[in-house]
Amino acid sequence: MATGQQDVEQLVARKYRHGFVTDIESDTVPPGLDESVIRLISHKKKEPEFLLQWRLRAFEHWLTMPEPDWAHVRIAPIDYQAISYYSAPKKKTDGPKSLDEVDPKLLETYDKLGIPLHERARLAGVAVDAVFDSVSVATTFKQKLKDAGVIFCPFSEAVQEYPELLEKYLGTVVPPGDNFFAALNSAVFTDGSFVYIPKGVRCPMELSTYFRINAANTGQFERTLIVADEGSHVSYLEGCTAPMRDENQLHAAVVELIAEDDAEIKYSTVQNWYPGDENGVGGIYNFVTKRGDCRGRNAKISWTQVETGSAITWKYPSCILRGDNSVGEFYSVALTNNLQQADTGTKMIHIGRNTRSTIVSKGISAGRGQNAYRGLVKILPGAEGARNHTQCDSLLMGSDCGAHTFPYMEIGNPTAVVEHEATTSKISDEQLFYCRQRGISEEDAVNMIVNGFCKEVFRELPMEFAVEAQNLLSVSLEGAVG
Amino acid sequence: MLSIKNLHARAGERDILKGLDLEVGPGEVHAIMGPNGSGKSTLAGVLAGRPDLEVTEGTVTYRGQDLLDLDPEERAREGVFLAFQYPVEIPGVNNVYLLKAALNAVRKHRGESELDAFEFLALVKDRMKLMQMGDSFLNRGVNEGFSGGEKKRNEILQMAVLEPALAVLDETDSGLDIDALKVVANGVNSLRSPDRSMVVVTHYQRLLDYIVPDFVHVLSDGRIVRTGGRELALELEERGYDWLRGGANAA
Ligand SMILES: Nc1ncnc2c1ncn2[C@@H]1O[C@H](COP(=O)(O)OP(=O)(O)O)[C@@H](O)[C@H]1O
Ligand SMILES: [Mg+2]
Repeated sequence: MATGQQDVEQLVARKYRHGFVTDIESDTVPPGLDESVIRLISHKKKEPEFLLQWRLRAFEHWLTMPEPDWAHVRIAPIDYQAISYYSAPKKKTDGPKSLDEVDPKLLETYDKLGIPLHERARLAGVAVDAVFDSVSVATTFKQKLKDAGVIFCPFSEAVQEYPELLEKYLGTVVPPGDNFFAALNSAVFTDGSFVYIPKGVRCPMELSTYFRINAANTGQFERTLIVADEGSHVSYLEGCTAPMRDENQLHAAVVELIAEDDAEIKYSTVQNWYPGDENGVGGIYNFVTKRGDCRGRNAKISWTQVETGSAITWKYPSCILRGDNSVGEFYSVALTNNLQQADTGTKMIHIGRNTRSTIVSKGISAGRGQNAYRGLVKILPGAEGARNHTQCDSLLMGSDCGAHTFPYMEIGNPTAVVEHEATTSKISDEQLFYCRQRGISEEDAVNMIVNGFCKEVFRELPMEFAVEAQNLLSVSLEGAVG
Repeated sequence: MLSIKNLHARAGERDILKGLDLEVGPGEVHAIMGPNGSGKSTLAGVLAGRPDLEVTEGTVTYRGQDLLDLDPEERAREGVFLAFQYPVEIPGVNNVYLLKAALNAVRKHRGESELDAFEFLALVKDRMKLMQMGDSFLNRGVNEGFSGGEKKRNEILQMAVLEPALAVLDETDSGLDIDALKVVANGVNSLRSPDRSMVVVTHYQRLLDYIVPDFVHVLSDGRIVRTGGRELALELEERGYDWLRGGANAA
């Protein structure tokens, strides 16, 4: 007869389904980083002078910064000179004007990933921008968005068409010297998405970007900038995958969100970068800086993330609650299996009066995975009547994994109400047996229990993506039973 | 229906069942009584396939097949149901969701189509009425924060929905007040049928006033030491278990 704990461990032995490599000709610069590489990137992208200077300042700053070492992760040293900082699929012309001009192999790649880019084949109501290695390859539904006044385009296109908006907002939430990886990104970022929602506009559809790292020895350094002007509303989703490779690949993105008076941004992430194999070989280093600025009164920024991939995830989507009555939310599911490590959480910085924040973090550790929640709630002296509620739950599967919680609080105003709750639980053999006695397979039982655990977060996701996230979790925990 | 021969089972280093024989025919209700620690739950667990129990000797035949050869979920789909003595809590998983997954697993195994949401809900509501359970049970976590009595009722609700061929009830009466006991017994009785057999494990004869068994067996130290009819239970109530203890040959 099978023995209990082993079953749980077998069950979570995972397979990665997005690990194929697309055989496509690409234009890749040789590995290495110096000023000339930055000039080359800027030149290839035909950037205005201000942006080149901005990059170079970031680079100079980066050179003076030590690599951070405070996260609860083990990491092999990264050789920044071994990475190629630019890789683009070679195109016949200057770039696709429509989907028909996109390399069919690329479209196939996205189809395999379950992200059909063809408008007719796609879920209605979601506009998609797809970033392949360093460049954006397709953005769908452009016209409909344009009619609503919404700008949603690759970052490199925004550089050409809306330089004044970029100059106004870029780096105002995450300054180029903010931290080591943000500085690196600012110096070498290659593409990403730009969104601008004008005053009073409710974006007519979900916006979404899919990132894919394909080429070997490249890093992906994308930048996303979303500006929601007064009274506007937008929901944005990003998804990410990468092929299986034995080397670690670096992904150091920066995301900046700006919400003006009465504006709302909902930002959802389903992150499924290649996690490495069961011995911890390969996988993506996912070191991302995400920050939202509730600049205006009654502004709201809500982060929802489902993090199942990457060898190491290191990210803290944060909210600066500057405007009075503004609201910040962070809903997170982070799963670590095998030798994956995650150190993730959020920062809620309460500056304005009556600002409110909610943090719900669900960490799932399986195999030898290590999962840490790290969160800061900071109430500044002027934040009269600020409130925070933090709920931090960990679920352990098997006995070789770990869950860690590092909540930090800095309360500078006596009227603040800050609450923190934390729980740790285990999927017990008793629970599995109970489900099996009712005819439910062990695998389905694990999925059911894990999904139940994540419910509060999944319900924050847009409908289609909630389904995707559930599937992703079951794939990530899939293994041979019995 | 069920034929147990010379069953020996152990948990960890400890031998618990030591040569147990039991024959259960279709439609029969057998009561298993015995002092605490005599191995009643172990017997129930072996029938359901509890992974931490090891069968060291003997056979269990269920509807002509070797029951011990099947995984727990296969046994369940073949119609073996265990009402647990201590139903476990599964926070976050809706009671109704588990029930639906269970029913569909069983139906699929029988080659029947899955019930749609309306049919399923109609069925569950009907059975909940039988068990006098309010709608709020549906959307609570499985057994989460249920009182002892609510957990037991929930077990019988599941049984009523899944309609097993062999139901093993492990001390379903313990911790119930008299009103709840009547509800549970009524639910169980309504499921009695010529092709459904039941093994009712209990410590007290009180339950048997409401669920009247065809046979009563006394389990002591891992063996059936005495078998009789309904009256044996009454005798046990009067005289306790001590006069039978260690007396395998008294049977
Ligand atoms: N996993 C186990 N490991 C060791 N001993 C056990 C285990 N499970 C049960 N036992 C012991 O076996 C005996 C029979 O237990 P059980 O079948 O639960 O009895 P009952 O249900 O009749 O009260 C008890 O003495 C109990 O302590
Ligand atoms: Mg017992």
